[in-house]
Amino acid sequence: MSAIRELHRQLTSKERSAVEIAQAQLDQAQAVEPKLKSFVSLTAEKALAQAQAVDAKIAAGEDIGQLAGIPIAIKDNLCTKGIRTTCSSKMLENFVPPYESTVTGRLDEAGAVFIGKTNLDEFAMGGSTENSAFQTTCNPWDITRVPGGSSGGSAAAVAGGQSPVSLGSDTGGSIRQPASFCGIVGMKPTYGLVSRFGLVAFASSLDQIGPFGRTVEDTAILLEAIAGHDPKDATSLKVKIPNYTQFLKKDTKQPLKGRTIGIIKETFGEGLDTQVGDAVNAAIEQLKSLGAAVKTISCSKFDYGVSAYYIIAPCEASANLARYDGVRYGLRVQESEAPNLLSMYNKTRAEGFGDEVKRRIMIGTYALSAGYYDAFYLKAQKVRTLIKQDFDNAFKEVDVLVSPTVPTTAFKAGEKDDPLSMYLLDLMTIPVNMAGLPGMSVPCGFDTDGMPIGLQLVSNVLREDLLFEVGHAYEQSTNWHQQQPKL
Amino acid sequence: MIDTDQVRKVARLARLQLTEAEEQQFTGQLNSILEYVRQLDELDTEDVLPTTRAIEVSNITRLDQLEVFVNREDILNSAPDREDDFFKVPKIMGGEE
Repeated sequence: MSAIRELHRQLTSKERSAVEIAQAQLDQAQAVEPKLKSFVSLTAEKALAQAQAVDAKIAAGEDIGQLAGIPIAIKDNLCTKGIRTTCSSKMLENFVPPYESTVTGRLDEAGAVFIGKTNLDEFAMGGSTENSAFQTTCNPWDITRVPGGSSGGSAAAVAGGQSPVSLGSDTGGSIRQPASFCGIVGMKPTYGLVSRFGLVAFASSLDQIGPFGRTVEDTAILLEAIAGHDPKDATSLKVKIPNYTQFLKKDTKQPLKGRTIGIIKETFGEGLDTQVGDAVNAAIEQLKSLGAAVKTISCSKFDYGVSAYYIIAPCEASANLARYDGVRYGLRVQESEAPNLLSMYNKTRAEGFGDEVKRRIMIGTYALSAGYYDAFYLKAQKVRTLIKQDFDNAFKEVDVLVSPTVPTTAFKAGEKDDPLSMYLLDLMTIPVNMAGLPGMSVPCGFDTDGMPIGLQLVSNVLREDLLFEVGHAYEQSTNWHQQQPKL
Repeated sequence: MIDTDQVRKVARLARLQLTEAEEQQFTGQLNSILEYVRQLDELDTEDVLPTTRAIEVSNITRLDQLEVFVNREDILNSAPDREDDFFKVPKIMGGEE
């Protein structure tokens, strides 16, 4: 059952007021927070003010929209006017944006209730939230394990019952990977479908904002609210946003009849955990039983995605993060430590950024420096073209591609100390960003340790409808989404 | 592939003051990452055009019109140091380094 629809019913039937819902949600979030550490800030004051406005509308007899009074958690790299936005970095620890991101503005307008700002890997660089300057979020299914990342706080908050839905951002898998690790639904829309205005930039040609929920339907409702053209983002697509919930078919017998699903052969190779492989294969059998035709597809350049990504993303990051110079906002070291402008830059950036951010700035600066551009950045962009061509060919034959979302389930905090081994976890999600395609992770089982496994669905540009259709049909034929961690 | 001297040079370009321990650490880590991404050389990309953006959109224009930002004070107040309507920075010339 969609959490949004159920809360909407309670509000319109006057079973509960928006303030009651908000207060209960805040209490719940707070009660679990010492265990999970999903939030950088809880925003009770803002939430209650938003809820009161919704109650006033209901009292005045006005119609309320589907998101009015619905609590939501927001990744702390989305600027919220007047509310501290840190990117989980010391650099922005005290930064209060003077403007609102387009997505949070739209949600505010729709009457959504902002529960809080969620933890992430610093500047969205990482896959575990261990790179947060403030705290590592815990996986609700086993608090000794990571929730994934970078949107780990947003995923853990939903899985742990701290918020019914949340927003994340996905540059190389940062929504889908934590959704998989936390056993919930996470989706990354087509590049350009959702405005990036007010999203703190990491790698601008790859970044995209998207929803988390316990059900596919919740993500469909949320995406519809945040998608759409925005003149403030030059890469924003001018397309009509459909009513995504119309693609969730009621027929439960053969809802996927006529659809062809492609298994990405390369994702079943070396390094894939056998339990993850088994669960995904079982999910593919399930898709067949729902009427879909299934065939194996080769995307031969898929395995080069990680390499191309770890050039392109750091290059763009090194340029984007040049703005943190201690002049207009953010951290600045004491004047006594930095007698002139150059030393102020050098020391402020040394103090404000954590290891992983520094590492990526270094890779990007190196790859873009004189003499190396062709060998690294240009080469990676050409490989990006090849990866796209693989997908273009695949979508001539199939409607939706499937793969595991991540080769493994969630690992223990502190287990991966080598940056490269962490990067390799993005193997299956990265190519999707490289091609700008929409992708979704839906829960498809648990391993013997009780940790969730995710099935990744990928469709062609602007074919979110297919992800919702297939994701919903699969979800409704299983009960994975109904299981909840005991906290 | 990349030695400590190059790491120092890159850190200077990136405006990052690294400690000696960081220089050592990054030299090792950057090498293993750069070695891994060399995998791309396996692919022949001679006649391949680069992709600069995921979805091609072109000729995005807007009116060249000034808009007043209403929260001007908020922006100025965000600065670590301000004087009147200016962002204040340490002196550009002089000092050590």
